[in-house]
Amino acid sequence: MLILSCPNCGELKDETELSAGGEAHLTRFGPGSSDSDFEGYLFNRENPKGVHFERWRCSSGCGKWFHAARCTATNEVFGTYSAQVTEPPQEIRDVVSAKRPGWTWRDLS
Amino acid sequence: MKRYSAFAVAREAFRFHSGWERAWRSPEPKSEYDAIIVGAGGHGLATAYYLGKNHGIKNVAVIEKGWLGGGNTGRNTTIIRSNYLQDPSAAIYEKARSLYEDLSQDLNYNIMFSPRGVIMLAQTEHEIRGYQRTAHANALQGVATEFISPQRVKELCPIISLEGPRYPVLGGLWQPRGGTARHDAVAWGYARACSDMGMDIIQKCEVTGVMSENGKVSGVRTTKGEIKCSKLGMVVAGHSGVLAEMAGFRLPIESVPLQALVSEPIKPCMDVVVMANTVHGYMSQSDKGEMVIGGGTDAYNGYTQRGSFHHIEETVRALIETFPMISRLKMLRQWGGIVDVTGDRSPILSKTPLEGCFINCGWGTGGFKAIPGSGWGMAELMAKGHSPLTEDFGLNRFREGRFIDESVAAGVAH
Repeated sequence: MLILSCPNCGELKDETELSAGGEAHLTRFGPGSSDSDFEGYLFNRENPKGVHFERWRCSSGCGKWFHAARCTATNEVFGTYSAQVTEPPQEIRDVVSAKRPGWTWRDLS
Repeated sequence: MKRYSAFAVAREAFRFHSGWERAWRSPEPKSEYDAIIVGAGGHGLATAYYLGKNHGIKNVAVIEKGWLGGGNTGRNTTIIRSNYLQDPSAAIYEKARSLYEDLSQDLNYNIMFSPRGVIMLAQTEHEIRGYQRTAHANALQGVATEFISPQRVKELCPIISLEGPRYPVLGGLWQPRGGTARHDAVAWGYARACSDMGMDIIQKCEVTGVMSENGKVSGVRTTKGEIKCSKLGMVVAGHSGVLAEMAGFRLPIESVPLQALVSEPIKPCMDVVVMANTVHGYMSQSDKGEMVIGGGTDAYNGYTQRGSFHHIEETVRALIETFPMISRLKMLRQWGGIVDVTGDRSPILSKTPLEGCFINCGWGTGGFKAIPGSGWGMAELMAKGHSPLTEDFGLNRFREGRFIDESVAAGVAH
């Protein structure tokens, strides 16, 4: 069973106590944006076999959203971090780089 | 290819079964083909088969990373039905169901199609209305379904408990011509027929890159070297996103594990397929006597082919309420497959931003039932550039807001 540590309340929660919120760090495009941007925001998703960044909600705990870095092929969790960021923080990227040398995510590395 | 027949069985019986030949060849790849299909599952092999049979394109390779039919084709719960709501879905799923009816004769391979009937239980007032609407839509689409009473459900499936304490059975959507088929045999039958047409099925050969020239596909890089082609069909279900990334485009798809399990074999007790969508579970009995059970998908992306245990618990809990007699059954096996789910729960059969590259994916939790229709439409799309079966399932439907919303028909059970 997948267990994540909520960075808001510090509790270890298993997946039945959490709600998965899909891909993290999407850039929001609204009225006035181009059709391609809007389509990308609404529908197109990263679907990697490997390192993935996701939104989760501590729904049976503190109720707050957070981010998690996880490997979709093995379910290994690289870490969780605040929802108040627009890209993975450096320490998470360092953890991922140590365990998955040469990984890339969008334009980051 | 020697045909299978009663005469062949008798002939081989007299010579110690020494005359059976391999069902398909295992060739090394040539340097170039007219068309390459990536993925030797049911959909990929059916695409290749109808490319040859309907369109005369026989210089085709089907490339498979693992072994033939070892992905979702060998992992599903073998249910065949076509009681969908929207017209484009009804067309392609009904095409598939009708092709299944004489597929054994067509392929000269017994796929054990068993049109035993499928009931989808209505267990809430909303489901009653939803399924009545589907039954009316199906009547207009020429798909034989009817909404039946709880008493009729009990007649068709005596082991069911109508008086579930939380979700009593209030009716059902009955498709008498739905049923099951042997999933491995579907892949094997298509593979044998493709190989007989001279197509190369190349197993244990992983595609590592897609080659293109001037925005047009020119071939694939594989673990067995580069192979050129002018048309490329990607039919790889859960790994569609990985392959699309190689070809340089993104898909409106996320991959999640879907689980199934089977019980120990018991005497025949159930000769229909029952799906209970409200409580998340569905069950049928295999020819061996095992109860074949399927449940829900994980809520988050994954490629683990394993799935979360609590989904099994939820599924089994729901089915014990619905079928109290299975409460003491032991479960034999559990497994997961990676399903590629789109936002509107309908598949994508489409051209892609890369010219000459076509994609067939997004079948999500219910691809097995569609294999012949999907292959039929995809082959026509690849051969002619358009197909009446696939025109509504294009990638551009998301951008244009033309969704084919099947979340009622496909939301949970398959």
